[in-house]
Amino acid sequence: MAEDKNNLIVYCEYEDGKVADVSLELLTKGRVLADKLGVNLEAIVIGDKLEGIEEQVFPYGVDRLYKVQDDRLYPYTSNPHSSVLINLFREIKPQICLMGATCIGRDLGPRVSSCLHSGLTADCTALEIGDHTDPKTGKEYTDLLYQIRPAFGGNIVATIVNPECRPQMATVREGVMKKEIKDPNYKGEVIDLDPKKYVSDEDFVVEIIDRHIEKSKINIKNSPIIVAGGYGMGSKEGFELLYKLADTLGAEVGASRAAVDAGFAEHERQIGQTGVTVRPKLYIACGISGQIQHIAGMQESSIIISINSDPNAPINTIADYVITGNVEDVVPKLIKYYKKNSK
Amino acid sequence: MSFNIIVLAKQVPDTRNVGKDAMKEDGTINRAALPAIFNPEDLNALEQALRIKDANPGSTVTVLTMGLPRAAEIVREAMYRGADAGIVLTDRPFGGADTLATSYSLAQAVKKFGNYDLILGGRQAIDGDTAQVGPQIAEKLGIPQITYAEEIVDLNPKDIAVKRRLEHGVETVKAPLPCVVTVNGTAADCRPRNAMRVMKYKYAASPSEKAALPAERQKLLEERPYLNINEWNAAFVEADPAQIGLPGSPTKVKTVVNVVFTAKENLRLENNDEQLENLIKDLIANHTIG
Repeated sequence: MAEDKNNLIVYCEYEDGKVADVSLELLTKGRVLADKLGVNLEAIVIGDKLEGIEEQVFPYGVDRLYKVQDDRLYPYTSNPHSSVLINLFREIKPQICLMGATCIGRDLGPRVSSCLHSGLTADCTALEIGDHTDPKTGKEYTDLLYQIRPAFGGNIVATIVNPECRPQMATVREGVMKKEIKDPNYKGEVIDLDPKKYVSDEDFVVEIIDRHIEKSKINIKNSPIIVAGGYGMGSKEGFELLYKLADTLGAEVGASRAAVDAGFAEHERQIGQTGVTVRPKLYIACGISGQIQHIAGMQESSIIISINSDPNAPINTIADYVITGNVEDVVPKLIKYYKKNSK
Repeated sequence: MSFNIIVLAKQVPDTRNVGKDAMKEDGTINRAALPAIFNPEDLNALEQALRIKDANPGSTVTVLTMGLPRAAEIVREAMYRGADAGIVLTDRPFGGADTLATSYSLAQAVKKFGNYDLILGGRQAIDGDTAQVGPQIAEKLGIPQITYAEEIVDLNPKDIAVKRRLEHGVETVKAPLPCVVTVNGTAADCRPRNAMRVMKYKYAASPSEKAALPAERQKLLEERPYLNINEWNAAFVEADPAQIGLPGSPTKVKTVVNVVFTAKENLRLENNDEQLENLIKDLIANHTIG
């Protein structure tokens, strides 16, 4: 084990006994950052029925797992989970805390950061370790967490640091970091925390009356081929053509933020900084101009085809194939020639 | 029964419609080229507040916004749609605030306002997309929060029940009042301006705006108290100077770079049958598709 203080901790979410992908992605990134800092990687899971959950996180290089088990801690509510983190962080003083930019992480992170007066950066697209000199005082800081995120509708990328306050907190969306097992036999220690020491009865003020969670039928993150439409598709009906192409190719349909905001496609299909990040082997962008916040979520696709009537659409610069023409014209031809040439 | 409701709102640059001239040559933002608008999800929050007011006569809706003095524009907009009053929290030392310093400042204003039952706000603002200010205000006030709200399903003097829209479903929760509720864009759209209200409130003005008005308009503001938009500064809300603006912000922007993607070498195809068929054949041949 490395020096055992001011470690890096990841808040892990789980549902149905499974640790969320976004948490495992953050553990993978957290392991790399912890190695750079020479500290341990810690994880915390708060909830009910946590038996054996360590088997899921240790392979990602977790040195220590905190488990806080109480049947009132599942499903998640803001105050009890906040209290656990606030009280634990006062004790163990982590230097960095990462959480998923999910409905839970984006509810929990601000509450914890407000109480601890620590900085929190939402929706980071990259995390690095580096030094910083305060431009005004000249004071130097070593090994800070660079929290890198697009801002201003994605037109700029800002690097944010928290020079003085700890922990340095950041949220990251699902799919942005890659999930990778470090060592299937990696073993850390498990620490069971007594919930009574971290949560008070008064924390349970919000009551869940009703809950319907369904596994989403839309799975764009893991689809090898994505047909994505932008505002240029014009309407919900315009998207029908994209579903036809997707059916033909065995693909999923994605959408830009503008198209989702306009109601052409469901929110689950949104690709980009404020949606899902995807890395398919083929990405067909239809009528997408290519705002930076969209490109940030798909630029690592292996092959990118852009179909756009505007030969100068920004997305064309990162495309492998640029087809200049109307989507309504081009897509039916692609369907036709695929059917003709595939076995 | 009646409720005193505070609606948190923000005037934001319209980042959804960033045109080619929105960025200057040096890579900084040309704010002048972006229209300032009412943050969209704050309008969804306003609608929820107005529905409560409709259902519970005697309730009041007060808009609270922090920003430049010109943010009085969105207070008037809210008045046209049904809000009763507004507060612009504005002062030079508030400038450069991150989400934490912003929530501290707004929480101080809420404390100053005093008698409130419910605080509503949009889930997030489109210029930062952080969704942090709502929960942070709740923490600073020591009250519960309900984020991702889509619909208020029940409200009584003791508690509120809210349907939340989550990634993979919906959840209905009940919280005691007062509490903070942040509203999703999937909630009901805000009602449009009401012509009668536009007539009534079009001369509403803040003290900063009043100073530049002709004498007869100033007199109107003195005769009709409801036309006065409040303007509060840091001293008035008893804000600790160390916790506001740049000094009160734990996060610092180290660098900002304009985004430039390295252009790939690409193949330009015409929309003709031969080229498209060849593309499909290539993709099948290299096992990308099929």
